[in-house]
Amino acid sequence: MATSPQAKAIMATGAPEMPTRAPRSLWSDAIRRLRKNVAAVFSIGVILFFIVIALFAPLIAPYSPITQTKNNSLRQPTWVQSDNPGLNGSPEHLLGTDALGRDIFSQLIYGSRVSLIVGFIPQVIVLLIGVPLGLISGYAGGRVDNLLMRFTDIIIAFPDILFVITLTTALRETFLGQAFNGLLLIFTALSIVGWTGITRLVRGQVLSLKEKEFIESARAVGVPTSQILFRHILPNTLAPIIVSVAFGIPGAIIAEAFLTFVGTGMRPSTDINAPFPTSWGAMLLDGYSNLSSGPWYLLFPVLCVGLLTMAFTFLGDGLRDALDPRGE
Amino acid sequence: MANGPLLEVQNLETHFKTQDGVVKAVNNVSFHVDRGETLGIVGESGSGKSVTSLSIMRLIPSPPGKIAGGKLLFDGENLLDMSDEEMRAIRGNRISMIFQDPMTSLNPVLTIGRQITESLELHMKMSQRESRNRAVELLSMVGIPSPARRLDDYPHQFSGGMRQRVMIAMGLSCNPELLIADEPTTALDVTIQAQILELIKRLQRELGTAVIIITHDLGVVAGMTDRVVVMYAGRIVEEGPTDEIFANPRMPYTIGLLRSIPRLDESADRRLTPIRGLPPDLIGLPQICAFSPRCDYYVAGKCDAQVPPLRTVGPDHRAACLFDITLETPIPETAVPA
Repeated sequence: MATSPQAKAIMATGAPEMPTRAPRSLWSDAIRRLRKNVAAVFSIGVILFFIVIALFAPLIAPYSPITQTKNNSLRQPTWVQSDNPGLNGSPEHLLGTDALGRDIFSQLIYGSRVSLIVGFIPQVIVLLIGVPLGLISGYAGGRVDNLLMRFTDIIIAFPDILFVITLTTALRETFLGQAFNGLLLIFTALSIVGWTGITRLVRGQVLSLKEKEFIESARAVGVPTSQILFRHILPNTLAPIIVSVAFGIPGAIIAEAFLTFVGTGMRPSTDINAPFPTSWGAMLLDGYSNLSSGPWYLLFPVLCVGLLTMAFTFLGDGLRDALDPRGE
Repeated sequence: MANGPLLEVQNLETHFKTQDGVVKAVNNVSFHVDRGETLGIVGESGSGKSVTSLSIMRLIPSPPGKIAGGKLLFDGENLLDMSDEEMRAIRGNRISMIFQDPMTSLNPVLTIGRQITESLELHMKMSQRESRNRAVELLSMVGIPSPARRLDDYPHQFSGGMRQRVMIAMGLSCNPELLIADEPTTALDVTIQAQILELIKRLQRELGTAVIIITHDLGVVAGMTDRVVVMYAGRIVEEGPTDEIFANPRMPYTIGLLRSIPRLDESADRRLTPIRGLPPDLIGLPQICAFSPRCDYYVAGKCDAQVPPLRTVGPDHRAACLFDITLETPIPETAVPA
């Protein structure tokens, strides 16, 4: 007698298999909710767009961002006609040229590299410092917690931007200040002031999590402390950490643009092979000084900084809603 | 393997420091558990039963808690002398514990499989594949349908009863010699409660595990245990074989507990008699019988003169009362305070 596979399944388990929804974790649920959020999806698109541009900058940019051309300075964008034929937009330079005759469009493309890397790397360092400190502080409690939190308070008490400007100015001529056009120094400075938020966040989470029964039950199973911290507690704190990082990135992007604008940030390069020849912050500075010649030089970097930071902020917003199960 | 009881608790003292003073949550408690036996620890909230079990596991949060004295002889070795390392090797392996609330005792972001295999990999040094197979075996043993598929599910995809089954599977994963079940059915409804108790009973018969059941439910005790320890205000006030305790309780507190629950085999017109008053504050407890303010048989000058010692009142049966009070002893009129 032929038996259908379904019948076999029924015989095996003694009951018909109920149609169940696919196993879902916190993460798959969150991704599902995130995909419903139009602003967040659009933001991811924008971010990916900038990432692709940054990665393939040499292929996309029509010119080298630092090659100067004589008698070609301060050209307006292609579509702008001016009374002065020398400043007329030309088809060769889509967004015009700056005071030194460098192609603005190419500069923007290369500038995205700095903004993205300055958004990501300090956040990674901040995570590497902040998460372990928060875990230790929250879990150990008592004197250790007190010591770490007072140290955190000291860092928080220092005005962020002032500290960063002081550090970047003081170390400008050292090796640290020179490496990667000064980017390494910016990473360091932003990380030193940036880890406190994450530490406090993680500590707070751990404080409440360590009282939960499932942690007690893990200890009752004989799980070593490190494993409790990293396998049982850390995954429970990931959602707020992710949201915090998503909001931290635009902060860092703006900080770099600001620092470079006031002249203590990254230094534009004259090396033709430099991976980070210029940044949007440097373009802001240039554009500001040439403002009398036209608004374009300031407008384009401002638009780019605005678009990228807004994308990250909307993404952070979307992630916060998506990772909060009560949102549904 | 040493002879004698599997676990012998001797003069255990567990204290908690609070702002108002030291709470003696467990006060000079001694009892033992034989191999393969089921012991019930009964008492109302705050009587020290859960603290006793956490003390055995050495899981008292410290500070503020502290095991201030006594011995915990497990298989002849004192658990209190062990290093944290040695203790971790025992927890979940030779002694394991099931917690009260299955809804909060499982980590919400880890799959069930991950949580069951963890102790197998820790204690039995199993490979991932072996521990996974064993986890499937365990889940089917506790009656979870299509266990292999359920292994990758998260706790929120299980019902309360199913989660408690998972907890039991985790508790039994390394074939422990002693399983401590701290109010394993309190958070479950009555039907599921019966199923879970039946499951624990069956598994205990099959595996020969000794079980300590901590509960405030005398019904659970009657159905499950061989012997009972009754706790009040951090002390043991009566201990003995389950049948004996139910048939012939000798401590007024136990008598009060039994009178305050309905029974199926009695006349419908009997009124339930609650125990009056509230349990005492455990801070600065005077050296008197802690139950005396609520006791119907209170004798001034005797009960408030000393802490009554546990004395033998029958075979294997001890009670902490100065007087020979039984279910038949009439309640003296004068005892009721105005």
